[in-house]
Amino acid sequence: MNLFKDIEHLIRLAVVIVVLLLVFVVLRVAVVPHSFGEYGHYRGDAIQEVAARPISFAGHAVCEDCHTDVVDQKKLGKHVVVSCEACHGAQARHVEDPGSVKPAKLDTAILCARCHEANSAKPKGFPQVATADHSAGLACDTCHQPHRPKIETAAKNEAGGRK
Amino acid sequence: MQIPVEGFMYPNEVELQWSVLIVLYPFITGLVAGAFILASLERVFRVQAVKPTYRLALLTALSFLLVAPLPLQLHLGHPERSLEMYLTPHRSSAMAMFGFVYLWYLMAVLLLEIWLDYRHDIVARSQSEKGWKRLVYRLLTFGSSNVSERALRIDERLGYFITLVGIPSAFLLHGYVGFIFGSVKANPWWSSPLMPIVFVFSAMVSGIAAVMLLYMLSTRLRGQQIDIRCVDKIAQYLLYTFVIDFSLEMLDLIQRIYEADESFRSLDFMVHTRLWKSQVIIQILLGTVTPIALLGLTQVVKLTETARKRIYGLAGCLTVIGIFAMRWNVVIGGQLFSKSFLGYTTYKMAFATREGLLIAIGLMILPFGILWVLVKLLPPWPDSGSLPASGAPAHGTS
Repeated sequence: MNLFKDIEHLIRLAVVIVVLLLVFVVLRVAVVPHSFGEYGHYRGDAIQEVAARPISFAGHAVCEDCHTDVVDQKKLGKHVVVSCEACHGAQARHVEDPGSVKPAKLDTAILCARCHEANSAKPKGFPQVATADHSAGLACDTCHQPHRPKIETAAKNEAGGRK
Repeated sequence: MQIPVEGFMYPNEVELQWSVLIVLYPFITGLVAGAFILASLERVFRVQAVKPTYRLALLTALSFLLVAPLPLQLHLGHPERSLEMYLTPHRSSAMAMFGFVYLWYLMAVLLLEIWLDYRHDIVARSQSEKGWKRLVYRLLTFGSSNVSERALRIDERLGYFITLVGIPSAFLLHGYVGFIFGSVKANPWWSSPLMPIVFVFSAMVSGIAAVMLLYMLSTRLRGQQIDIRCVDKIAQYLLYTFVIDFSLEMLDLIQRIYEADESFRSLDFMVHTRLWKSQVIIQILLGTVTPIALLGLTQVVKLTETARKRIYGLAGCLTVIGIFAMRWNVVIGGQLFSKSFLGYTTYKMAFATREGLLIAIGLMILPFGILWVLVKLLPPWPDSGSLPASGAPAHGTS
């Protein structure tokens, strides 16, 4: 009995700790979303919420259904592996209403440089140019056909282009 | 603002993501761990000479621990999300483990040890104080005013056990901070298994130096005599720990020089240019070699008390500056070079922004403000440590 009296303060401390733990548990139940951890370390409901958002990208297969001429051009060059919307942007709305929603005209002087601007971190075999020296601000599609960008040797000699 | 870049940097490397606040975080947690380890010297290893600093070391550790997460909060923004760290624990994230390491150290070690050590004083003050102070002390007693000899003996034993658990916990707290950097395998400046160990020893160095300085300063401010036996002993421990810390850092350096992997030339160039002042001059020469030499001098030459005190003061200040420079060189230095090893960027510290100099200074002053309040509430001085409580024997500081 005497021992109980001498450890009374520790028992009170233990009660305080238990109360704090209970507050933690209650707070956790109240604050953590119910679907948290359903599939992984995130809110399970987030999947449905993301799925419910409007689709922006149509996918290159849909583009190719109509633009067969472009597909034929792309097949002849290295850009065959580049998806249409990588350059033209999300086009789901254009697919839904091709008549009134038209893809924006692209400025190739800026667009092409995104991938092809010279940078020592890029692999050596990847085509790259210092645009300021190469074209001096001129739009790339002045000389290159974006869907099949390689200039044939005869045409290149004629244009005097340099890499 | 144009950031000066030399050579080639990847686009995401030009601007530093971890600012001066992330320098403060390991610096502050280091002071916590170091101060606690100094306190444990008296409690566990029975080093009676350092007894006058025991309670001050505990309160210093608590003041700095309360501020330790603030630099992270300010850096991340969204303080309202900080609770999520505790509510949705995630064992696979090293960063998310901080919540557990921090809470364990704060709640299970530091607060418990301080409460048990001060309980006798708290009970006495709950009976002698008036007004709101009385209420605060009464709340801190949890409604039990039993300070019988047996109850205090139980507290003492429990406190000893908590300190025993506390020593590895202090190592864990700061070792964890070192681990955060040491485990970033993409960064050769950080990636080293020695990093947690170096962090622990540098933490001990900075914490011991900080408590020594605080003890000397507070004793002078109170118009009391500095216990020279106490500071002699602390300085001796500071020297020993510093020698181990410096040896470990040199071992790491020698290994890097001998190994000379693909990152070496780039890092070597960085140390000789951008980090020359902060690493070689401030950290190594001023902040490590000079205090070790000064402290070593007091061990081999017989000096007067006044000379020794001055040397300890100077060595302590240089040590704290040196450890801060070490944190700076780790955090900022690790972001100055490109992972391509072909270029270097520059860190420009803002002034009055969320992660600027002004906030950093404020965060460094804040623990001293908290310490002042704690010292007023729970005086750590040996001469005011024990108030007589009814039916209780006089109780020392241990």
